[in-house]
Amino acid sequence: MSYRDPLVTAAKPRSCAIPGTYWFDGALALKGYPLNKMCYSFNEATNRAAFLEDEEDYCARFGLSDEQRDAVRRRDVLALLESGGNVYYLAKFTGIFGLGVQDIGAQQTGMSVEEFRAKLQAAAV
Amino acid sequence: MARLVGAICTSHIPAIGHAIARGQEQDTYWRPFFAGYPRARDWLSEADPDVAIVVYNDHGLNFFLDKMPTFAVGAAPEYRNADEGWGLPTVAPYPGDPELSWHIIESLMNEEFDVTSCQEMLVDHAFTVPLALLWPGRSRPGLRTVPVCLNTIQHPLPSPLRCYKLGQAIGRAIASYPQELRAVVIGTGGLSHQLDGQRAGFINKEFDLMCLEKIVSDPRALTRYSIRDLVLLAGTQGVELISWLVARGALDERAAKVHSHYHLPVSNTAAGLLVLENAAA
Repeated sequence: MSYRDPLVTAAKPRSCAIPGTYWFDGALALKGYPLNKMCYSFNEATNRAAFLEDEEDYCARFGLSDEQRDAVRRRDVLALLESGGNVYYLAKFTGIFGLGVQDIGAQQTGMSVEEFRAKLQAAAV
Repeated sequence: MARLVGAICTSHIPAIGHAIARGQEQDTYWRPFFAGYPRARDWLSEADPDVAIVVYNDHGLNFFLDKMPTFAVGAAPEYRNADEGWGLPTVAPYPGDPELSWHIIESLMNEEFDVTSCQEMLVDHAFTVPLALLWPGRSRPGLRTVPVCLNTIQHPLPSPLRCYKLGQAIGRAIASYPQELRAVVIGTGGLSHQLDGQRAGFINKEFDLMCLEKIVSDPRALTRYSIRDLVLLAGTQGVELISWLVARGALDERAAKVHSHYHLPVSNTAAGLLVLENAAA
Protein backbone atom coordinates (compact mmCIF):
# COMPACT_ATOMS: atom_id res chain seq x y z
CA MET A 1 0.00 0.00 0.00
CA SER A 2 3.00 2.29 0.30
CA TYR A 3 3.43 2.46 -3.47
CA ARG A 4 2.47 5.84 -4.92
CA ASP A 5 2.07 6.34 -8.59
CA PRO A 6 4.64 9.01 -9.51
CA LEU A 7 2.25 10.53 -12.05
CA VAL A 8 -0.43 11.04 -9.42
CA THR A 9 2.12 12.69 -7.15
CA ALA A 10 3.31 14.91 -9.96
CA ALA A 11 -0.23 15.94 -10.82
CA LYS A 12 -0.75 17.29 -7.31
CA PRO A 13 2.50 18.78 -6.09
CA ARG A 14 2.85 19.24 -2.34
CA SER A 15 4.62 22.43 -3.12
CA CYS A 16 4.84 23.98 -6.54
CA ALA A 17 8.57 24.43 -5.94
CA ILE A 18 8.70 27.59 -8.00
CA PRO A 19 10.72 30.07 -5.95
CA GLY A 20 8.83 33.13 -4.77
CA THR A 21 5.49 31.62 -5.82
CA TYR A 22 2.54 30.50 -3.69
CA TRP A 23 0.52 27.49 -4.81
CA PHE A 24 -3.01 28.40 -3.75
CA ASP A 25 -4.52 24.93 -3.38
CA GLY A 26 -6.92 23.38 -0.87
CA ALA A 27 -4.44 23.50 2.02
CA LEU A 28 -3.69 27.20 1.60
CA ALA A 29 -7.31 28.03 0.77
CA LEU A 30 -8.42 26.33 4.01
CA LYS A 31 -5.87 28.23 6.06
CA GLY A 32 -6.68 31.53 4.37
CA TYR A 33 -10.46 31.25 4.35
CA PRO A 34 -11.30 33.82 7.07
CA LEU A 35 -8.77 36.31 5.69
CA ASN A 36 -9.97 35.90 2.10
CA LYS A 37 -13.59 36.10 3.20
CA MET A 38 -12.90 39.40 4.93
CA CYS A 39 -11.10 40.73 1.86
CA TYR A 40 -13.95 39.59 -0.39
CA SER A 41 -16.30 41.68 1.76
CA PHE A 42 -14.33 44.77 0.70
CA ASN A 43 -16.15 44.71 -2.66
CA GLU A 44 -18.74 46.76 -0.73
CA ALA A 45 -17.91 50.36 0.11
CA THR A 46 -19.79 50.16 3.42
CA ASN A 47 -17.58 47.26 4.51
CA ARG A 48 -14.42 49.14 3.57
CA ALA A 49 -15.65 52.02 5.71
CA ALA A 50 -16.48 49.67 8.59
CA PHE A 51 -12.96 48.23 8.46
CA LEU A 52 -11.44 51.71 8.59
CA GLU A 53 -13.76 52.62 11.45
CA ASP A 54 -12.64 49.75 13.69
CA GLU A 55 -10.07 47.45 12.16
CA GLU A 56 -9.67 45.09 15.12
CA ASP A 57 -13.39 44.59 15.49
CA TYR A 58 -13.78 43.99 11.76
CA CYS A 59 -11.03 41.31 11.75
CA ALA A 60 -12.58 39.65 14.80
CA ARG A 61 -15.93 39.35 13.03
CA PHE A 62 -14.31 37.15 10.38
CA GLY A 63 -12.32 35.07 12.87
CA LEU A 64 -8.84 35.84 11.54
CA SER A 65 -5.98 33.94 13.15
CA ASP A 66 -3.36 35.83 15.17
CA GLU A 67 -0.92 35.41 12.29
CA GLN A 68 -3.45 36.88 9.85
CA ARG A 69 -4.35 39.78 12.14
CA ASP A 70 -0.70 40.62 12.58
CA ALA A 71 -0.13 40.56 8.82
CA VAL A 72 -3.19 42.78 8.33
CA ARG A 73 -1.92 45.26 10.92
CA ARG A 74 1.42 45.43 9.14
CA ARG A 75 -0.13 45.58 5.59
CA ASP A 76 2.52 42.96 4.85
CA VAL A 77 1.58 41.24 1.59
CA LEU A 78 4.11 38.38 1.84
CA ALA A 79 2.90 37.60 5.36
CA LEU A 80 -0.70 37.76 4.14
CA LEU A 81 0.12 35.27 1.35
CA GLU A 82 1.99 33.08 3.83
CA SER A 83 -1.12 32.97 6.03
CA GLY A 84 -3.31 31.84 3.14
CA GLY A 85 -4.33 35.07 1.44
CA ASN A 86 -4.94 35.00 -2.30
CA VAL A 87 -3.75 38.03 -4.22
CA TYR A 88 -7.09 38.65 -5.96
CA TYR A 89 -8.82 39.11 -2.59
CA LEU A 90 -5.82 40.81 -0.99
CA ALA A 91 -5.94 43.45 -3.76
CA LYS A 92 -9.30 44.53 -2.34
CA PHE A 93 -7.62 44.98 1.05
CA THR A 94 -4.56 46.87 -0.20
CA GLY A 95 -6.85 48.95 -2.42
CA ILE A 96 -8.34 50.47 0.74
CA PHE A 97 -4.98 52.17 1.30
CA GLY A 98 -4.60 53.15 -2.34
CA LEU A 99 -1.96 50.49 -2.99
CA GLY A 100 -2.08 49.11 -6.53
CA VAL A 101 -0.36 46.08 -8.02
CA GLN A 102 2.89 47.96 -8.60
CA ASP A 103 2.99 49.17 -5.01
CA ILE A 104 2.49 45.65 -3.70
CA GLY A 105 4.93 44.31 -6.31
CA ALA A 106 7.55 46.70 -4.97
CA GLN A 107 6.75 45.76 -1.37
CA GLN A 108 7.01 42.02 -2.03
CA THR A 109 10.29 42.30 -3.91
CA GLY A 110 11.89 44.78 -1.52
CA MET A 111 12.22 47.45 -4.20
CA SER A 112 11.05 51.01 -4.51
CA VAL A 113 8.07 51.44 -6.84
CA GLU A 114 10.39 53.14 -9.34
CA GLU A 115 12.80 50.19 -9.23
CA PHE A 116 9.91 47.76 -9.66
CA ARG A 117 8.65 49.69 -12.70
CA ALA A 118 12.15 49.66 -14.16
CA LYS A 119 12.28 45.89 -13.68
CA LEU A 120 9.00 45.54 -15.64
CA GLN A 121 10.28 47.86 -18.35
CA ALA A 122 13.48 45.83 -18.62
CA ALA A 123 11.45 42.74 -19.58
CA ALA A 124 10.58 44.46 -22.88
CA VAL A 125 14.11 44.09 -24.20
CA MET B 1 -27.87 28.52 -38.69
CA ALA B 2 -25.50 30.23 -36.33
CA ARG B 3 -21.99 30.90 -37.50
CA LEU B 4 -18.83 31.50 -35.50
CA VAL B 5 -16.99 34.25 -37.37
CA GLY B 6 -13.76 34.20 -35.40
CA ALA B 7 -12.05 34.82 -32.10
CA ILE B 8 -10.30 37.68 -30.41
CA CYS B 9 -7.89 37.09 -27.54
CA THR B 10 -6.86 40.08 -25.47
CA SER B 11 -5.43 41.07 -22.11
CA HIS B 12 -7.89 42.48 -19.58
CA ILE B 13 -5.64 44.46 -17.22
CA PRO B 14 -7.68 46.73 -14.88
CA ALA B 15 -5.35 49.68 -15.58
CA ILE B 16 -6.68 49.65 -19.17
CA GLY B 17 -10.16 50.28 -17.76
CA HIS B 18 -8.79 53.21 -15.75
CA ALA B 19 -7.03 54.61 -18.84
CA ILE B 20 -10.27 54.39 -20.87
CA ALA B 21 -12.30 55.99 -18.05
CA ARG B 22 -9.78 58.86 -17.85
CA GLY B 23 -9.39 59.28 -21.64
CA GLN B 24 -5.64 58.56 -21.55
CA GLU B 25 -5.46 56.49 -24.76
CA GLN B 26 -3.12 58.97 -26.44
CA ASP B 27 -0.77 59.44 -23.47
CA THR B 28 2.84 58.41 -24.06
CA TYR B 29 2.52 55.44 -21.74
CA TRP B 30 -0.70 54.17 -23.31
CA ARG B 31 -0.43 54.99 -27.01
CA PRO B 32 1.69 51.92 -27.98
CA PHE B 33 -0.82 49.65 -26.27
CA PHE B 34 -4.01 51.14 -27.71
CA ALA B 35 -2.39 51.30 -31.16
CA GLY B 36 -3.02 47.58 -31.48
CA TYR B 37 -6.80 47.84 -31.30
CA PRO B 38 -8.10 49.77 -34.35
CA ARG B 39 -7.31 46.80 -36.61
CA ALA B 40 -9.29 44.48 -34.33
CA ARG B 41 -12.23 46.91 -34.35
CA ASP B 42 -12.13 47.15 -38.15
CA TRP B 43 -12.27 43.38 -38.43
CA LEU B 44 -15.16 43.26 -35.95
CA SER B 45 -17.19 45.85 -37.81
CA GLU B 46 -16.76 43.81 -40.99
CA ALA B 47 -17.50 40.46 -39.30
CA ASP B 48 -20.45 42.13 -37.51
CA PRO B 49 -21.20 39.57 -34.77
CA ASP B 50 -24.54 39.67 -32.93
CA VAL B 51 -23.23 37.80 -29.90
CA ALA B 52 -19.92 37.69 -28.03
CA ILE B 53 -19.10 34.57 -26.03
CA VAL B 54 -16.69 35.96 -23.46
CA VAL B 55 -14.30 33.45 -21.88
CA TYR B 56 -12.65 34.97 -18.82
CA ASN B 57 -11.76 34.43 -15.18
CA ASP B 58 -13.50 36.05 -12.21
CA HIS B 59 -11.20 37.84 -9.74
CA GLY B 60 -13.42 37.66 -6.68
CA LEU B 61 -16.43 39.71 -7.75
CA ASN B 62 -19.03 37.05 -8.51
CA PHE B 63 -17.43 33.94 -7.06
CA PHE B 64 -15.83 33.41 -3.67
CA LEU B 65 -14.07 30.34 -2.33
CA ASP B 66 -17.28 29.12 -0.69
CA LYS B 67 -18.39 27.91 -4.13
CA MET B 68 -15.78 27.84 -6.86
CA PRO B 69 -16.94 26.34 -10.15
CA THR B 70 -14.29 25.20 -12.59
CA PHE B 71 -16.42 26.21 -15.58
CA ALA B 72 -19.45 28.49 -15.20
CA VAL B 73 -21.73 29.65 -18.01
CA GLY B 74 -24.01 32.66 -17.70
CA ALA B 75 -27.68 32.14 -18.54
CA ALA B 76 -29.09 35.55 -17.67
CA PRO B 77 -30.96 38.27 -19.59
CA GLU B 78 -28.25 40.74 -18.55
CA TYR B 79 -24.93 40.83 -16.74
CA ARG B 80 -24.17 43.56 -14.27
CA ASN B 81 -20.77 44.90 -13.35
CA ALA B 82 -20.10 46.04 -9.75
CA ASP B 83 -17.51 47.57 -7.43
CA GLU B 84 -14.42 45.36 -7.26
CA GLY B 85 -13.10 47.25 -4.27
CA TRP B 86 -10.13 49.09 -5.70
CA GLY B 87 -11.63 51.94 -7.63
CA LEU B 88 -12.44 50.89 -11.21
CA PRO B 89 -15.61 52.76 -12.24
CA THR B 90 -18.62 50.49 -12.68
CA VAL B 91 -20.04 50.19 -16.20
CA ALA B 92 -23.60 49.64 -17.45
CA PRO B 93 -24.94 46.07 -17.74
CA TYR B 94 -24.42 44.00 -20.89
CA PRO B 95 -27.39 42.20 -22.47
CA GLY B 96 -27.37 38.41 -22.40
CA ASP B 97 -28.88 35.80 -24.71
CA PRO B 98 -30.44 33.22 -22.38
CA GLU B 99 -31.70 31.05 -25.23
CA LEU B 100 -28.23 30.69 -26.71
CA SER B 101 -26.77 30.23 -23.21
CA TRP B 102 -29.07 27.31 -22.50
CA HIS B 103 -28.31 25.78 -25.88
CA ILE B 104 -24.57 25.98 -25.08
CA ILE B 105 -25.12 24.56 -21.58
CA GLU B 106 -27.20 21.66 -22.94
CA SER B 107 -24.69 20.97 -25.66
CA LEU B 108 -21.70 21.07 -23.29
CA MET B 109 -23.43 18.75 -20.81
CA ASN B 110 -24.17 16.32 -23.64
CA GLU B 111 -20.43 16.28 -24.28
CA GLU B 112 -19.68 15.60 -20.58
CA PHE B 113 -18.59 19.12 -19.66
CA ASP B 114 -20.48 19.43 -16.39
CA VAL B 115 -20.70 23.21 -16.21
CA THR B 116 -22.31 25.41 -13.56
CA SER B 117 -25.16 27.49 -14.95
CA CYS B 118 -25.70 30.99 -13.56
CA GLN B 119 -28.95 32.94 -13.85
CA GLU B 120 -27.35 35.80 -11.98
CA MET B 121 -23.73 36.61 -12.59
CA LEU B 122 -21.74 39.75 -11.88
CA VAL B 123 -19.05 40.29 -14.49
CA ASP B 124 -15.74 41.88 -13.51
CA HIS B 125 -13.00 43.76 -15.39
CA ALA B 126 -11.92 40.58 -17.19
CA PHE B 127 -15.25 40.70 -19.02
CA THR B 128 -15.87 44.46 -19.28
CA VAL B 129 -12.39 45.75 -20.20
CA PRO B 130 -12.04 43.63 -23.37
CA LEU B 131 -15.54 44.65 -24.52
CA ALA B 132 -14.71 48.33 -23.89
CA LEU B 133 -11.48 47.90 -25.89
CA LEU B 134 -13.16 46.15 -28.80
CA TRP B 135 -16.39 48.17 -28.96
CA PRO B 136 -15.48 51.58 -27.51
CA GLY B 137 -18.53 53.51 -26.33
CA ARG B 138 -20.69 50.43 -26.98
CA SER B 139 -20.22 50.93 -30.71
CA ARG B 140 -22.28 47.81 -31.47
CA PRO B 141 -25.64 48.60 -29.84
CA GLY B 142 -27.57 45.51 -28.84
CA LEU B 143 -24.53 43.23 -28.78
CA ARG B 144 -25.54 40.21 -26.72
CA THR B 145 -23.13 38.29 -24.53
CA VAL B 146 -22.61 34.85 -23.00
CA PRO B 147 -20.04 34.79 -20.19
CA VAL B 148 -17.98 31.62 -19.74
CA CYS B 149 -15.97 31.82 -16.53
CA LEU B 150 -12.93 29.66 -15.71
CA ASN B 151 -11.44 29.11 -12.26
CA THR B 152 -7.90 30.49 -12.21
CA ILE B 153 -7.83 31.25 -8.47
CA GLN B 154 -7.79 28.00 -6.54
CA HIS B 155 -5.86 24.92 -7.64
CA PRO B 156 -6.56 22.50 -9.14
CA LEU B 157 -7.28 24.60 -12.24
CA PRO B 158 -8.56 23.06 -15.48
CA SER B 159 -5.65 21.97 -17.65
CA PRO B 160 -4.74 23.70 -20.92
CA LEU B 161 -5.83 20.56 -22.79
CA ARG B 162 -9.20 20.47 -21.03
CA CYS B 163 -9.73 24.14 -21.83
CA TYR B 164 -8.90 23.61 -25.50
CA LYS B 165 -11.42 20.75 -25.59
CA LEU B 166 -14.01 22.95 -23.87
CA GLY B 167 -13.47 25.45 -26.66
CA GLN B 168 -13.98 22.74 -29.28
CA ALA B 169 -17.26 21.80 -27.60
CA ILE B 170 -18.35 25.47 -27.56
CA GLY B 171 -17.55 25.63 -31.27
CA ARG B 172 -19.79 22.62 -31.93
CA ALA B 173 -22.52 24.12 -29.74
CA ILE B 174 -22.57 27.29 -31.81
CA ALA B 175 -22.49 25.34 -35.07
CA SER B 176 -25.57 23.37 -33.99
CA TYR B 177 -27.62 26.41 -32.91
CA PRO B 178 -30.59 26.62 -35.27
CA GLN B 179 -31.05 30.40 -35.17
CA GLU B 180 -29.50 32.77 -37.68
CA LEU B 181 -26.78 34.62 -35.83
CA ARG B 182 -23.14 35.52 -36.00
CA ALA B 183 -21.00 34.85 -32.93
CA VAL B 184 -17.46 35.79 -31.95
CA VAL B 185 -15.52 34.20 -29.10
CA ILE B 186 -13.46 36.53 -26.92
CA GLY B 187 -10.74 34.94 -24.76
CA THR B 188 -9.42 37.32 -22.12
CA GLY B 189 -6.37 37.53 -19.88
CA GLY B 190 -2.60 37.12 -20.02
CA LEU B 191 -0.09 37.22 -21.26
CA SER B 192 2.78 36.63 -18.82
CA HIS B 193 2.51 38.30 -15.43
CA GLN B 194 2.78 37.55 -11.74
CA LEU B 195 1.28 39.76 -9.05
CA ASP B 196 2.12 37.78 -5.92
CA GLY B 197 5.16 36.52 -4.07
CA GLN B 198 8.83 37.44 -4.22
CA ARG B 199 8.61 36.58 -7.92
CA ALA B 200 6.12 39.44 -8.52
CA GLY B 201 6.88 41.32 -11.72
CA PHE B 202 7.87 38.18 -13.61
CA ILE B 203 7.39 38.57 -17.38
CA ASN B 204 8.54 36.16 -20.11
CA LYS B 205 8.52 37.84 -23.50
CA GLU B 206 10.09 34.90 -25.32
CA PHE B 207 7.38 32.51 -24.08
CA ASP B 208 4.60 35.01 -24.89
CA LEU B 209 5.80 35.49 -28.45
CA MET B 210 6.05 31.74 -28.93
CA CYS B 211 2.44 31.38 -27.65
CA LEU B 212 1.20 34.14 -29.97
CA GLU B 213 2.60 32.20 -32.90
CA LYS B 214 1.76 28.65 -31.82
CA ILE B 215 -1.81 29.37 -30.83
CA VAL B 216 -2.45 30.19 -34.49
CA SER B 217 -0.43 27.51 -36.24
CA ASP B 218 -0.27 24.64 -33.75
CA PRO B 219 -2.50 25.21 -30.71
CA ARG B 220 -2.18 21.58 -29.70
CA ALA B 221 1.47 22.22 -28.88
CA LEU B 222 0.32 24.59 -26.11
CA THR B 223 -2.08 21.99 -24.70
CA ARG B 224 0.90 19.86 -23.71
CA TYR B 225 1.79 22.29 -20.95
CA SER B 226 0.50 21.60 -17.45
CA ILE B 227 -0.84 24.38 -15.24
CA ARG B 228 2.39 24.21 -13.26
CA ASP B 229 4.34 24.68 -16.50
CA LEU B 230 2.30 27.80 -17.25
CA VAL B 231 2.87 29.20 -13.75
CA LEU B 232 6.59 28.58 -14.16
CA LEU B 233 6.81 29.97 -17.70
CA ALA B 234 4.19 32.73 -17.66
CA GLY B 235 3.72 33.57 -13.95
CA THR B 236 0.89 32.83 -11.52
CA GLN B 237 -1.56 35.02 -13.46
CA GLY B 238 -0.08 34.05 -16.83
CA VAL B 239 -2.20 30.90 -16.52
CA GLU B 240 -4.98 33.04 -17.98
CA LEU B 241 -3.64 31.73 -21.29
CA ILE B 242 -6.22 28.97 -20.75
CA SER B 243 -8.96 31.43 -21.79
CA TRP B 244 -7.11 31.96 -25.07
CA LEU B 245 -7.02 28.18 -25.54
CA VAL B 246 -10.78 27.95 -25.06
CA ALA B 247 -11.28 30.66 -27.70
CA ARG B 248 -8.84 28.99 -30.11
CA GLY B 249 -10.44 25.60 -29.56
CA ALA B 250 -13.82 26.95 -30.65
CA LEU B 251 -12.47 27.72 -34.14
CA ASP B 252 -11.65 25.46 -37.02
CA GLU B 253 -8.02 24.31 -36.92
CA ARG B 254 -7.41 26.18 -40.18
CA ALA B 255 -8.46 29.54 -38.71
CA ALA B 256 -6.31 32.36 -40.06
CA LYS B 257 -4.56 35.15 -38.22
CA VAL B 258 -5.86 38.61 -39.08
CA HIS B 259 -3.81 40.63 -36.63
CA SER B 260 -1.67 40.40 -33.50
CA HIS B 261 -0.13 42.92 -31.17
CA TYR B 262 2.19 42.68 -28.20
CA HIS B 263 3.28 45.40 -25.85
CA LEU B 264 4.85 45.47 -22.41
CA PRO B 265 4.62 46.50 -19.72
CA VAL B 266 1.03 47.50 -19.14
CA SER B 267 0.87 47.79 -15.37
CA ASN B 268 2.57 44.51 -14.29
CA THR B 269 1.65 42.61 -17.42
CA ALA B 270 2.75 41.82 -20.96
CA ALA B 271 -0.30 42.71 -23.04
CA GLY B 272 -1.27 40.55 -26.01
CA LEU B 273 -3.92 40.79 -28.70
CA LEU B 274 -4.79 38.25 -31.38
CA VAL B 275 -7.54 38.34 -34.01
CA LEU B 276 -8.41 35.08 -35.75
CA GLU B 277 -10.86 34.60 -38.57
CA ASN B 278 -12.65 31.27 -38.67
CA ALA B 279 -12.28 29.05 -41.72
CA ALA B 280 -15.40 28.70 -43.86
CA ALA B 281 -17.61 25.84 -42.67
